[in-house]
Amino acid sequence: MKHVLPVAIIVAAIIALWYVACLFMNAQLQRDLFANTDNTTYSLSDFVTAEWNMERPKLPAPHQIVAELDHTIFGLAPSSKRSLVYHAGITLQETILGFVIGSALGILLAVLVVHLRGLDRSLMPWIVASQTIPIIALAPMIVVILNQFDITGVLPKAVIAAYLSFFPVTVGMVKGLRSPDPLQLDLMRTYSATRMQTFFKLRAPASAPFFFASMKVAVAAALVGAVVAEVTKSEDGGLGARLLAGSYYGQTVQIWAALFAAAACSAALVAIVGLVDRITARRMGYAR
Amino acid sequence: MRSRALANLAAPTLFGLGVLVLWEAVVRGFNVPRVILPAPSAIIARLATSAPTLVADFLQTIQGVLAGYFIGCAAGLIVAILIDRTPFLQRGLLPLGNLVSALPIVGIAPIMVMWFGFDWQSKAAVVVVMTFFPMLVNAVAGLASAGPMERDLMKTYGATYGQTLTKLRLQAALPFIFNALKINSTLAMIGAIVAEFFGTPVVGMGFRINTEVGRMNIDMVWATIVVAAVTGSLFYGVVALIERQVTFWHASYRQRPA
Repeated sequence: MKHVLPVAIIVAAIIALWYVACLFMNAQLQRDLFANTDNTTYSLSDFVTAEWNMERPKLPAPHQIVAELDHTIFGLAPSSKRSLVYHAGITLQETILGFVIGSALGILLAVLVVHLRGLDRSLMPWIVASQTIPIIALAPMIVVILNQFDITGVLPKAVIAAYLSFFPVTVGMVKGLRSPDPLQLDLMRTYSATRMQTFFKLRAPASAPFFFASMKVAVAAALVGAVVAEVTKSEDGGLGARLLAGSYYGQTVQIWAALFAAAACSAALVAIVGLVDRITARRMGYAR
Repeated sequence: MRSRALANLAAPTLFGLGVLVLWEAVVRGFNVPRVILPAPSAIIARLATSAPTLVADFLQTIQGVLAGYFIGCAAGLIVAILIDRTPFLQRGLLPLGNLVSALPIVGIAPIMVMWFGFDWQSKAAVVVVMTFFPMLVNAVAGLASAGPMERDLMKTYGATYGQTLTKLRLQAALPFIFNALKINSTLAMIGAIVAEFFGTPVVGMGFRINTEVGRMNIDMVWATIVVAAVTGSLFYGVVALIERQVTFWHASYRQRPA
């Protein structure tokens, strides 16, 4: 708990800085606005309040974002197209579906790489190399290709989310499945354990910490993938579509609200994985 | 040793070539339409014929990537050194840094485009934000990694804070810093390309991908992706090479005695 106070103070400092930054970033806009309405008799406090409550500010003030979040989350029916709950729901569906597909694929690949020597030498360098490639660049194309096969809706975006999330899982799980000590592996051999038994009784349990570490990375990556995919195919909604719509119409407050919603989703997903990790750690006895 | 290294190189090369041949065969054998998946040969042909466009796109995007990468990494390192002296800031900033690294930062792209315009500056700004936090978190961990024995030794030498920092702690932090530099090399490419989806002058790799997808020129999209992939791999490779030269003393590079 020694982190709570410092974090709280720094967050407060960031918010304070934010309000100050608003004054600088919005000053020109607000001055023009007053000039256009022939308002020349405003006082400094009028000016500052106006800056913090602009319709389309360059940088919206924190309370404007909170108000927008409050309005679009609690003020509208969840089924409304303008409700953030509706869009976040779409994004979460894609993220979770993609995350499940991606991590299943990642684990499968890792198991194959660990057990087939040939694959390790030939496939692993490509898996590592493919991490250096901007995979997100593929997103618009994947959406279009899947469209050709009449695969629309949540699935194409889930595929992109899966595509982004499976690499960290593969890399982490290969490391994890290889993490047992040679001594322990030898012990399994003296028991004349089959490969299956070695896998389920030694390798899989030993990989648990690595599993959860890569799950956390993967779930965050899946959300990024889903959001980017939504940007490229925005007619189905989702937080990415909100971002794009906001940037088209100059609705800065809407962009920031969508951004915060995405951040909250990401943080929540990582926290859930972290919670499962901690419970498992306690049950399995590897907790620190 | 030599032949072993060669075999290590040959296996993935053969695998990669095999995939390409299979891809070509599938596309030709099943007559896959060009708008779904072009054959590797078509992509190579496109690379050759559209070279000037691809080079222009590359030059546009790489400006944002490099500018953002250097500013973001430098800022992350400097802030890490600054907060290193204040445990309070460390305790407050590190959890936030870890949180931010898990956030979909590419989402700030539309905001940055609004603030800094359509040209490469807005892309650089996205890259700065994306690369800052991995560097911050890694560098702080790296600065803490020098052992107490070595620190005590520096103290017995009567070394000043600055001397301990440059001669011991920054050196000990190098593996961590390079880890961040490698992660960031990929993030920088992603950030710049995605930022271009939100608005750019009519040149740039992200712009090219987005428009050519719309015009169903999928071979051009693949050609751009090849350029992006080669650039990303080279970028990563250069950083890894420098790392090898600079941190030759680290356990992961030491040759095992034969």
